[in-house]
Amino acid sequence: MAVAVQGAPTKGSQEPRPGLVARVKLSYSKHWYAYAMVAPVVIVLGVLVGYPLINGFYLTLTDANSLNSARTIGVKEIPATYQYIGLHNYADILWGPGSYDRFWSHFVWTIAWTVICVTLTYSTGLALALLMNQRLRGRSFYRLMLILPWAVPTFVTIFSWRLMLADGGVVNGLLGSLGLPEPAWLSDPLAQKAAAILVNTWVGVPFMMVSLLGGLQSIPGELYEAAEMDGATAWQQFRHITLPGLRTVSSTVVLLGVIWTFNQFAVIFLLFGNGAPDAQILVTWAYRLGFGQQPRDYAQSATYGVLLLSILIVFTSFYRRWLARNEEASR
Amino acid sequence: MTATIEETVLTPAAPPARPPKVRRRGESSPLVRALSHGALVMASLVALFPVLYIGFISLGPDKMDYLHPGQIFDKITFSNYSKVLFETDFASWFLNSVIVAGGTTVFGVMVAATTGYAVSRMRFAGHRQLMWTLLVTQMFPIAVLIVPMYTILASLKLLDGYTGLIIVYSATTVPYCAWLLKGYFDTIPVEIDEAGRVDGLSPFGTFWRLIIPLARPGLAVAAFYSFLTAWAEVAFASTFLLSSSKYTLAVGLQTFVSQYESQWNLMAATSVLIALPAALVFYLVQRHLVTGLTAGAAKS
Repeated sequence: MAVAVQGAPTKGSQEPRPGLVARVKLSYSKHWYAYAMVAPVVIVLGVLVGYPLINGFYLTLTDANSLNSARTIGVKEIPATYQYIGLHNYADILWGPGSYDRFWSHFVWTIAWTVICVTLTYSTGLALALLMNQRLRGRSFYRLMLILPWAVPTFVTIFSWRLMLADGGVVNGLLGSLGLPEPAWLSDPLAQKAAAILVNTWVGVPFMMVSLLGGLQSIPGELYEAAEMDGATAWQQFRHITLPGLRTVSSTVVLLGVIWTFNQFAVIFLLFGNGAPDAQILVTWAYRLGFGQQPRDYAQSATYGVLLLSILIVFTSFYRRWLARNEEASR
Repeated sequence: MTATIEETVLTPAAPPARPPKVRRRGESSPLVRALSHGALVMASLVALFPVLYIGFISLGPDKMDYLHPGQIFDKITFSNYSKVLFETDFASWFLNSVIVAGGTTVFGVMVAATTGYAVSRMRFAGHRQLMWTLLVTQMFPIAVLIVPMYTILASLKLLDGYTGLIIVYSATTVPYCAWLLKGYFDTIPVEIDEAGRVDGLSPFGTFWRLIIPLARPGLAVAAFYSFLTAWAEVAFASTFLLSSSKYTLAVGLQTFVSQYESQWNLMAATSVLIALPAALVFYLVQRHLVTGLTAGAAKS
């Protein structure tokens, strides 16, 4: 990741830094066009992401729901009447009555979901990328086929999966003809989880595969030639050339994969809708609190969101530190 | 990338291999090749099947046909398609989707490209924090943002319109695109910029006339990502679009499933019609996909 790499060289070796105002002025006169180029992003993200975040964070400190928020009924405007209740929402979610069913069970499932999905997509993606990195006839054809799950809009493919996984659908038909049990994919709690992981893996593999294939192709062929000359086995080549060569790509795609899977809204929401309370990960659960029930509980929903965000930020900073340490160790 | 290879591999510690066969490098033995083909064919089938399946279901005339796919063979018909195309608002939904997805692609990629370029080339104050902030925005759960976003769009009078949706989508696609493009710009030698500046181009001129043409594969991938994200998005669109004439395809599709009746066959046909343009865009850029993503991922 750029952030991890860039840090080192600039620090330390400078003369004492001038004052803040002077620095900003200097920087402005030198880089005004850079700021002009960055401005649109900063404005758009500031308005559409920064402000909602602050607003959302404020909501977590209130008891806002759809009954006491500002709203318009016909021509009558009702002002907001929710009030500040401090950290009560956090306390309630984390150790209030029933917090196991409301938070911790979803938390555990979300972690399991993220770990299993990222492991499966990464390893399947790597295996396919390795297969396609050989000199094979019809390679570009395979690539076209294998990227297809990515090219077709998610809600279309998930809709298709829903039909296939339905009772009496194709998947159970196939399992039945092989003499295997036919679970109720869309209603049995455990089978729901398995189905969600299956579909998410199917959706996520192409991105991993393409990224890793790119990474494989950027490893110079001479390294393998030299290794072959020295009599390294295929496994040794994989272990000592391929894996280290893929390190940068891997660290990026795994991080993105974790973030995206953790926040994977579409797969679970489209597969089960508002049913399946057990298979809801934290994101869909938060959405359900805020939109899928009456009255809509905006405050609790936002609190879940803030908790989610903090989990991801903690994870990312640990991950970055771990990456940096690994990089040191391998030098 | 190459600096990390461990020296130990190359020492002749490994036992001497079997007598070398006469084979060109990178070519595998027939057995390995057959197994690879087998695995890849299997994987392709798994990748392809759900897509084909929905196409097949869309040919059945009855809304319960998905329960008995075998019976569809006897009564294949395109009646679902004609119904969707001529008896619903499909045409206007389609147009709305094209406007929104196209707008997002153009606006988002331009904004992401300038950002990526600025961060890649210029050490301005806060460039590092900016990239970090972009990464962090990827972590925001949609459930937190959607209510406040709704309020903001309402007060800006952007609700129920294309502009609001385009800006919201850009806010979701730009972070990843900027990361990707920054990585791609990093692979373009700085000497090119310097040559452009020496020849009297402005910073913007350098970017526009020299770098953009060179970065085409990266831009293609960013465009692909933006288009697909905007084309297929459901949650924002169904919250921010209020009138049926402004619906995008993803929202319009939901109207086939009401509380009382689920017209799965019509949904299937619409899904196929929605997937076609996305597949088209995909085939236009897939040539660049591997190179574009690689540079982005490998260098970031």
